[in-house]
Amino acid sequence: MKWDWSAVSGFMPHLWDGLLVTVQILALGSLISFALGLVWALLMRVPSRWVTWPVGVVTEFVRNTPLLVQLFFLFYVLPEWGLTFSALTTGVFAIGLHYSTYTMQVYRAGIEAVPVGQWEAATALNLPLHRTWTAVILPQAVRRVVPALGNYVISMLKDTPMVMAITVLEMLGQARLYSQEHFQFTEPLTVIGVAFIVMSYLASLALRALERRLAH
Amino acid sequence: MTSGLWELVLKGVWVTIQLLVCSALLGAAVSFVVGVARTHRLWIVRFLAGVYTEVFRGTSALVMIFWVYFVLPIAFGWQLVPLWAGTLALGLTYGAYGSEIVRGALNAVDPAQKEGGIALSFTPWQRLRLILLPQAVPEMIPPFSNLLVELLKGTALVSIMGMGDLAFSGNLVRLALQESAEIYTIVLLIYFVIAFVLTRGMRGLERKLKAGTGKPVGSTPDQELDRPQTTGVGGAVA
Repeated sequence: MKWDWSAVSGFMPHLWDGLLVTVQILALGSLISFALGLVWALLMRVPSRWVTWPVGVVTEFVRNTPLLVQLFFLFYVLPEWGLTFSALTTGVFAIGLHYSTYTMQVYRAGIEAVPVGQWEAATALNLPLHRTWTAVILPQAVRRVVPALGNYVISMLKDTPMVMAITVLEMLGQARLYSQEHFQFTEPLTVIGVAFIVMSYLASLALRALERRLAH
Repeated sequence: MTSGLWELVLKGVWVTIQLLVCSALLGAAVSFVVGVARTHRLWIVRFLAGVYTEVFRGTSALVMIFWVYFVLPIAFGWQLVPLWAGTLALGLTYGAYGSEIVRGALNAVDPAQKEGGIALSFTPWQRLRLILLPQAVPEMIPPFSNLLVELLKGTALVSIMGMGDLAFSGNLVRLALQESAEIYTIVLLIYFVIAFVLTRGMRGLERKLKAGTGKPVGSTPDQELDRPQTTGVGGAVA
């Protein structure tokens, strides 16, 4: 096994470029999945089959099919329908949509875990429905779900390399490009492998600290 | 679509299923070995198993696949057949997630059961085989069912390496027809049907295994919040 440190130093500038894109995808994807997941979770509570059934089927479908094929679908089919977005936008949206079907279940569990007495107290105080949600239920539910949401952010981090398949140059895309230009595969791929381990380990430590803080 | 293209899609389905079965078997073996090692009485065994879990859960499955395809042949001179390379990468990665499920379920068994085994002077292996696993395995089935669907979704990644699985044949059909809505819808539907069959099968298995333990089938909202993360690091386990 040959290890060439000059390849590592040559790759580092590309790594930072890729890291920036990865972090962008992660940040925007998380925002979309948090917002959209809450929308799905609230729609599933609408007391009408005509709403819950389609939402349930669609989210179940998105959750159980590969993100990679969904990326291809959005990247190749949307332009056929006259909607053209950049590859990065498509990737962010696909990841956000995919993970919103996971965060939806987290929110649902968080909402169901709010004690029924809270609902009854809101009724007794004659709070209107939107105040019940925004002032009583959601603040308690969201506090409970933060650790679980954080876990999905870490999962999302590890799914960002997939957008490479639709030409976005994030970390893995940069590594592949560099490898092909310089015929050095070992160093760039190992460097980003280590980068992913370090990032997700640090993120999980941060998440555990956050969890402890929220527990009080 | 012509019949030739349908044949291509069916070949892709077959490759996906082969890959799924092989990597699920490897992943299950890794899960049990590493998961049991994490409850071992020697700290060095627990430590090494923990390092394995953190490393393989920490990397992205796709990075792992790239590594197995490009770095292993150059660095170690091991050129693997594509199917085995994919199996190795997916089995090792998803096995690391599975080991957390096994560890969580083993730790969730009532300590008195283990103490009972010690009192009856069972060997550690007998305790594991006759007392812990029969009670822990039924609890593992729902999280393993989720993990199996994640693995199915993970198999699509090998198409980036040019292995002819379902996602790859979808791309070929798109290139042949210059039209993508239809083929990608079909591909997504096929994946969905496979996932549906898998979850139904696992539910049947759970029912069968739990028949003797007197525990309810299905999950509660509380479990959903602590659901072992199939693709996340540091998730609360069972």
